[in-house]
Amino acid sequence: MSTNHTALIAHLMRRAGFGARYDEIEALAAKGYDATVDWLLNPVGEPETDDDITLRFTPMHVEPQGFAGPASRWLYRILNTRRPLEEKMTLFWHCVFATGFSKLNSGTAMWRQYEMLHAHAMGNFRELLLQLSKDPAMIYWLDNCDNHDGTPNENYGRELMELFSMGIGNYTEDDVKMAARAFTGWTYTDPLPRVPYLFYHPSFEYREWDHDDSEKTFLGETGNFGGEDIIDIIVKQPATGQFLGRHLYNFFVADEPQVPAWPYTPPNDPDAVNTLAQAYIDSGYEMRSVLETLFKSDFFKDARFKKVKSPLELVSNTVRMTGDYNVEMGTFPKHGLTGLAATVGFMGQQVFNPPSVEGWHTGKEWIDSGALVQRVNFAAEQVGDTEMPGVRLILDRLAGDEVSMSPQGFVDGCLRLMGDLELEADTHAALVQHVADRGTLRTDTAAARDRFEERATEMMQLIVATPEYQSE
Amino acid sequence: MTATNSKDTVLVVVQLSGGNDFMHTVVPYGNPLYYDFRQTVNVPQDKVLTIDDNVGFHPHLSAIKPMWDAGDMAIVAGVGYPNPNRSHFRSMDIWHTCEPDEVATEGWIGKAIQDLDPHKENVLTAVNFGNGLPRAMVKAGVPVTSVSDLESYGLLNSMQGESQRSAALDVFQKIYGQAIGSGLVNDYIRQTGLDAMKGADIIKVAPERYSSTIEYADNSIAQALKGVAQVHLADLGTRVFYTQYGGFDVHANEMETQNKLWLDVSGAISDFFADLREHDASENVVMLVFTEFGRRVRDNGNGTDHGSGGGSFLIGDRVKGGMYAEYPSLAPEKQLDGDLRFNYDYRGLYSSILDQWLGLDAAPIVDGTYEQISFLG
Repeated sequence: MSTNHTALIAHLMRRAGFGARYDEIEALAAKGYDATVDWLLNPVGEPETDDDITLRFTPMHVEPQGFAGPASRWLYRILNTRRPLEEKMTLFWHCVFATGFSKLNSGTAMWRQYEMLHAHAMGNFRELLLQLSKDPAMIYWLDNCDNHDGTPNENYGRELMELFSMGIGNYTEDDVKMAARAFTGWTYTDPLPRVPYLFYHPSFEYREWDHDDSEKTFLGETGNFGGEDIIDIIVKQPATGQFLGRHLYNFFVADEPQVPAWPYTPPNDPDAVNTLAQAYIDSGYEMRSVLETLFKSDFFKDARFKKVKSPLELVSNTVRMTGDYNVEMGTFPKHGLTGLAATVGFMGQQVFNPPSVEGWHTGKEWIDSGALVQRVNFAAEQVGDTEMPGVRLILDRLAGDEVSMSPQGFVDGCLRLMGDLELEADTHAALVQHVADRGTLRTDTAAARDRFEERATEMMQLIVATPEYQSE
Repeated sequence: MTATNSKDTVLVVVQLSGGNDFMHTVVPYGNPLYYDFRQTVNVPQDKVLTIDDNVGFHPHLSAIKPMWDAGDMAIVAGVGYPNPNRSHFRSMDIWHTCEPDEVATEGWIGKAIQDLDPHKENVLTAVNFGNGLPRAMVKAGVPVTSVSDLESYGLLNSMQGESQRSAALDVFQKIYGQAIGSGLVNDYIRQTGLDAMKGADIIKVAPERYSSTIEYADNSIAQALKGVAQVHLADLGTRVFYTQYGGFDVHANEMETQNKLWLDVSGAISDFFADLREHDASENVVMLVFTEFGRRVRDNGNGTDHGSGGGSFLIGDRVKGGMYAEYPSLAPEKQLDGDLRFNYDYRGLYSSILDQWLGLDAAPIVDGTYEQISFLG
């Protein structure tokens, strides 16, 4: 197998998953690229992540408290899953349907929304929108519980079109009013707790007596529409395919401008977005088909390192490489998972608590000086821990049977084993120069070998400190 | 070395997270209703540090009481906003963003920083002590330095060995400073890296230059304020400092918890100002102490639940001491669903600080015009 081939697999696993160790990348490369995509899309035979161990070890995962509970339980799954694309797509939907603990105050409701998104993450978009509209967390987040016959609340009706399906410019204010009326009576049974640490389990309730059943004209169609009819009309709009296509492109392929700019700025690659939109329509809104088109496209394969890592991607990529917090690698259970989730928050992405319904701003907006210090220091500390199984693997493989190594061979070896990373020429030259300045690299005595490992660890720390490592 | 040779005013914000119980901080001991409602969580009359016949400080505020006596402390009672939200996160967001109705993302201090340093000339115009950035300081394009520990602050601080780290930082500098032009995003990241490194380089002189007879306590608020003092005394041009102390969510075991918290906070504040005075650098500093909400008027037998109508302090040499705004009534018919009713909008408090202290146009920052208090003497 060529280096090029593993590079492509490494790229796929960063984007369609949360990164991988080099031994995993090699095993997948042996299966082939398309086969790996198929495995990610249909992980038949791969077990669901077994939460049992973390449930026993981390009491706050049993009845998720605050957002630290659900956020760290999800992080556990992200770091241990054998079905990575399912989790990645769940994260995608969490970013699009951004719902925040700040208003909900219920870890239970957030976790249930997560489970709903997870169940439908790669399924049919119509079904997903339907479940989303019935999700108690969403109903409370966007005030549909205050949307009554005669006194409609437009919040959900508006965001359903503006942020969740079509985007601004593809519907009128009248359509918003009609959608709101169609969703009257869609509410939940129990009140969400207004005080933390109370564990109501709200469930969807349709109140026919509170539903406005009168005639409505929505996006040119007329009828006595209810919420489900509105969703049927929305999902068949070409704008919905375009909007989802652009979101998928921004999340999986390359950074786009922030969502509010979309009505005024064309996509960076309109052909790619058209391709995804077409796959959406052709498949009858099946996300699995759209994703297959995406991952097997040239525009995806050509997009290596064209996307700034989100804080969660930076943390999970790094940790899946070092093998920390991993049951199979023997590094979990241990304490620190909630701290790790908090670290992601300190970098600017508090999972389950996005800043607003607009979700997080992405791309270079992830980076400010405070966040960059956190990112560099976190990653350097992770790869600097030579006890970590993934770090050991890199160190053992790097030295191999070589008695000595050239500075360039050394730097390139580290880059390859860290997932075929690529650097700008000037960065690469600076690292090679740094190695050359510090003398020859040998592995033929025990002392030389120790010194070699020290320098390799330091090199990995420098690599994760580069500007290039901020992207994937 | 003095910080006062540049006369720029400085704001230090101390956030009490969790909802400080204002009634168990500034105690309305002269009101018989107080002991009716607070049968468990109260301060006996003879233990109150008297302010006047009606109110007095909780005894664990004894360290800052001298500043009140000297006329350097303003108590702003009953600060809040309409339709109080009793969720910690939401209410804190409302305080941070000045937007009580919509969910907003930009912070009031972030906007102030942009006005203070529009050309981003100083990466240290605003410094946060803590992990991550409070939303109050967030604004796109506004650099803020966030320090969890001043002594170890900087890039690659997990690297073993001084010489190894120093060599690594040289490489970092070389890589981030290299020819720009590899694409907009990469250029931006490189510039940010250089900013971060510059900030770390500048700020590290602060503990090096610092010496003081003040011994701060070994708790996080004291250590954070020590860091604030160090950076302020190093005269690096910082205009806004921010830090927070947590644990004020006293649903249970309030008597003991509140004692400890205020012992820490009042000791830290007292040491901080003593430190600045020792260096003749206190005159251009005002401290705002605030919390996201107050607590229920009636205790729950062991603690207090989330309420509204909290209180804030303004402290500093130039502050005109006294009680501002009226202490909210405890009379049942005056309460708001069992809470103290707010009688002064927090955006008025912010406006007073922005306008009178930082010399900024407050209206665009707090999104409106609100009644100010004349808190400067």
